[in-house]
Amino acid sequence: MTRRIDCDVAIIGGGLVGSSAALALRGMGFSVTLLDKGFCGAQASGVNYGGVRRQGRPPEQLPLSQRAHAIWPRLKALIGIDGEFLRSGHLKLARSAADMASLESYAADVAPFGLALELVGHNQLRDRFGVAGEVIGGSFCPGDGHANPRLVATAFAAAARRAGAEVLENTKVIGLTRNGAGFALEAEGVSVTARTVINSAGAWADSFARAFGEPVPLERTYPSMVVTEPLDPFLGVNIGIEGGGIYARQVTRGNVVVGGERALPLDDPDYSRPRSDGVLTIMQRASELFGPLRHAQAIRFWSGTEATMPDRNPVIGPSATTPGLIHAFGFSGAGFQIAPGVGEVLAELVRDGRTATPIDVFAITRFPPASQPGDASQAAMTTGSKETSP
Amino acid sequence: MAERAPPLIVGAGPAGIRAAMTLVAAGLRPIVVDEGHACGGQIYRQPLSSDGRDAEARYGSEAAKALRLHRDFAALDTLIDYRPRSLLWNLRDGAGDILRDEGSQRVRYDGLILATGATDRVLPIPGWTLPGVFTLGGAQIALKAQGCAIGRRVVFAGSGPLLYLVAWQYMRAGVEVAAVLDAAPLSAKFNLLRALPLSPGIVLRGVRMAAELKLRGTRVVFGADRLAIEGEGRVARIVYQAGGRAHAIACDGVGYGLNLRSETQAADLAGCAFHFEPRDRAHLPVRDASGRSSAAGVYLAGDGARIAGADAAERAGERAALALLEDRGLPHDSSRAAVLERELQRIDRLRDVLEAAFPYPSHWGGDIADDTLLCRCEEISAGEARRAVSDFSLTEINRLKAVTRIGMGRCQGRMCGAAAAELLAAQTRRDIGAVGRLRAQAPIKPIPLAAGLSVHERQHDPAH
Ligand SMILES: Cc1cc2nc3c(=O)[nH]c(=O)nc-3n(C[C@H](O)[C@H](O)[C@H](O)COP(=O)(O)OP(=O)(O)OC[C@H]3O[C@@H](n4cnc5c(N)ncnc54)[C@H](O)[C@@H]3O)c2cc1C
Repeated sequence: MTRRIDCDVAIIGGGLVGSSAALALRGMGFSVTLLDKGFCGAQASGVNYGGVRRQGRPPEQLPLSQRAHAIWPRLKALIGIDGEFLRSGHLKLARSAADMASLESYAADVAPFGLALELVGHNQLRDRFGVAGEVIGGSFCPGDGHANPRLVATAFAAAARRAGAEVLENTKVIGLTRNGAGFALEAEGVSVTARTVINSAGAWADSFARAFGEPVPLERTYPSMVVTEPLDPFLGVNIGIEGGGIYARQVTRGNVVVGGERALPLDDPDYSRPRSDGVLTIMQRASELFGPLRHAQAIRFWSGTEATMPDRNPVIGPSATTPGLIHAFGFSGAGFQIAPGVGEVLAELVRDGRTATPIDVFAITRFPPASQPGDASQAAMTTGSKETSP
Repeated sequence: MAERAPPLIVGAGPAGIRAAMTLVAAGLRPIVVDEGHACGGQIYRQPLSSDGRDAEARYGSEAAKALRLHRDFAALDTLIDYRPRSLLWNLRDGAGDILRDEGSQRVRYDGLILATGATDRVLPIPGWTLPGVFTLGGAQIALKAQGCAIGRRVVFAGSGPLLYLVAWQYMRAGVEVAAVLDAAPLSAKFNLLRALPLSPGIVLRGVRMAAELKLRGTRVVFGADRLAIEGEGRVARIVYQAGGRAHAIACDGVGYGLNLRSETQAADLAGCAFHFEPRDRAHLPVRDASGRSSAAGVYLAGDGARIAGADAAERAGERAALALLEDRGLPHDSSRAAVLERELQRIDRLRDVLEAAFPYPSHWGGDIADDTLLCRCEEISAGEARRAVSDFSLTEINRLKAVTRIGMGRCQGRMCGAAAAELLAAQTRRDIGAVGRLRAQAPIKPIPLAAGLSVHERQHDPAH
C-alpha cells in the first residue's frame, strides 16, 4: 500500500546537510518530508572523522564555514545534545620549510575572515602540544575543534522529527518527476508531492542532478579511519598535516581517532573497507608522531562514502534547469563542519529564493551542461541501478 | 604458469585440524593460523607448560579424542605451514593479514577454510563484571590450560551443556561446587529423553554428571531466574529466584554463561552472506551441507559456522576440506563426504534436542536492569542503551552501536553484541532476528599500532 504525502519541501538524503535543512525549514514553518534510503546519519555524516575545522578550507568556503562555526556551540539548544563538540583548536603541522611557507601564505590569505590563526615554531609544538616527530612548525586555529559524528547527524534528524518533520528512513527515492507547480517523488512505499525538492543525497546525488540535465563530475572517495583503545589524555588539539598524511584527535573517553589514506569500495560500491596497508601506514605515521601511541592498540578501522568534486568545493544552490530543485552535495571530505550552516542556507533559499551568505561560487553551472540537456519540465529520473564513479 | 597459492585454514581446533589433515592427504600444503600457542582449540586446549597432570585429568572423558587430535596434528608438522600465536586480523580478496610478534604479514591464499570456533554467550546480570566472575568457557580454560580454579567455593550458573560439564570438571578437580543454577525449568530436561536414541552416550554422561554433583552435595536448581552476583570488590554470593522465592548462596567464584556464540567476523570480512538462525538466536554465515559459503572458495566448519560441538567440528572440518578439493578439481572421496554429511545431520538433530533441554532464557534480554553494565569495554549501562533506543527511535543494532558505543570497544561486540540485540528486540517488541547484526570490521581483535612500524621496515610484498 502506497502512502501519499503532500508537503512544502521534500529532502532526499538524511545526512547532516539534509537533516539540518529539515530542522531549519521546520523552524520556518514549512512542512517537510525527509527521506533516506538507509538510516539518517548512517553515511558520510555519521561515519566521518569528526573534524570541525575551518582552517585549511578554500577561502571561498569561509563565509559559510563561519556561519556554521557559530552553530556548533549551540548544538545543545538546537538538537538536545552537544554532540561531544570540543573547541579544542586545530593544529596544522608542517614537515618542511615549503609546507611551513604554505601555512604562512594561507594565514595571510584568510586573515580577513577572522580565524585568528597563530603560527607556531618547532619548540612550541613539543612544549604546548606534545607533538614529537619530524615537524618544523605549525598553524593553530584556536576556535576549531572536533565532535562525535555518530551523534550529530542522527540527533539533527531526531530533532527535525520532534519538530514535526516527516522523517522516512529505509525509504529510497527511486523516481523524481517535475509536474505542474512542483514535484512528484516516488520512494519505496510512499509517494510524495512537494513544491520544492532538496537534493542532499551525498555520494548518490549526481544521479538526481544528471536526470535534470545537470551532470556533475562527482567522484566517490573513501577515507580510512583507525581508532585506538582509550588512552590517558595526551592530545588536546585536533591535528592536521599540511599536504596530507594523517589527521588525529583524542576523544574525551581517551580513544584516539586517526584518519588518512583511502579505503577501497566493496563489490557494492556503497560500502567500502580500509585497505590493510593503508591502515598500517596510518598506524605507522601516528606512532611516529606521538610517543604515547607507540604502545597503544588499534581496536577498530572504518571508512565511509563521500562525494568529491574536482575543485574540492561543494555544489550548493538552485538547479539551473529546474525551478524548485535545490542541490547541496559534493562536500569533498570536509562537509561535517560546514553542514549545519548549509542547512540554514538551504532553508533561506526555499523561503526567500536567496541567502545573504555568499554561495555563488558553488553554483552547479560551473560544470559544463549536459550535451543533451533534459527538458526541465519533463525531466524525470529513476534510480535503481548502481551509480559508480571511477 | 604461476603456482597456485596454498589454502588457508583459520583455527587449529578440531575443525581446523581435520581440515588440514584432509588437505595434506590430498597433497596440498595448507597454511594454518591459530591464535593459540598450540593446537587443540578451546576444547582440547593444551597447557602453556607441563603441570604434571595427564590428559585424563585435563580432558576427562574426552582425553582420548584430545590426544588423538594433538597427535594427528603433530604428525602434519613438516607438511603444513603452521603459524601458532598468530592473529588473522583482516581478510580480503584472497589475502589475509596475520599478526605475529607485533609484525603483520599479508598472506595470499587460494581457498579459505574458516574454523574460527566460538566464545561464551552471556547476558549481563547485576555484578557480572565483579572480580571472581568468569564465563563458563573461561572457567574451563583456567582449569585446562593453567590448572587453576576460579575460586574455592564456586557456583556455576546459566544454561547449556557446558554448565554441567564445567561444574563436574571442577568438582573432579577437587573444588567445592556449591551450586549449579540452571536457567531452564526441570520440564525442559525431559527433552533429553528424545536425545537418547540419537546419542545415548552423551545423554547418559550428562545425567551421570548431574547425579555425581548432587551426590557430592552440590545444589542443583532448575528454573533459576533473576540472577545477581553480589560482593564488595569481589564475588561474595549469588542470589536468584526459584519457585517464587529469593535465595542466596555464598561463594567466591562464579562461572556463568548461556551456551556459546559463533565467531563470525572472519566470515563477514571474507564476504559471506549471513542469515538469521532462530535456534542459535544469531545471524550466521550461510553454508550448505558441505560447508561451502556463499563466497567462492570460502568454506565454513565447526562452531564458527554454527554451534554444534567438537565432534561435529571434526567432521565438518573434514567435509569442508573435501569440498575445497573438489572445487580445485582434485581427487576427493565423495562417499566419505556423504558419510560425513549424514553424521553431521544426526548431530544437528541432537543439537535441536539439546537446545530444547537447555533453552535460552529469552525473557532475560528484556529484564536486564537499567543500572547493569551492558557493554563493559565502553562502560555503557542497559539504561543508557534503552534511553538511546527511545531518544533516537532506533530499531537496528548498528545504529544502537553508533549512538551509544556499545560494541565499539576492545571486544568489538563479541561480548555485548548478543545482549544488546536482545535488549533492542525486547524494547522495540521486535523479533530478535529483525534487529540486524553487528557488521564486522577489521581488526578482528586489537592490534598494536607498532604493527604499522614493523611492516614498513620490511620489504613490501611485491604482489601487493
Ligand atoms: C571517512 C570520512 C571522514 C570525513 N572527515 C571529515 C571531517 O573530519 N570534517 C569534515 O568537515 N568533513 C569530513 N568528511 C566529510 C563529511 O562527512 C561529508 O562532507 C558530509 O557528511 C556530507 O554530508 P551529506 O549530507 O552531503 O552526505 P551524507 O551524510 O552521505 O548523506 C547523504 C544521504 O543521502 C542518502 N541517499 C542517497 N541516495 C538516496 C536516495 N535515492 N533516496 C533516499 N536517500 C538517499 C544516503 O543514504 C545518505 O544518508 C569526511 C567524510 C568521510 C567519508
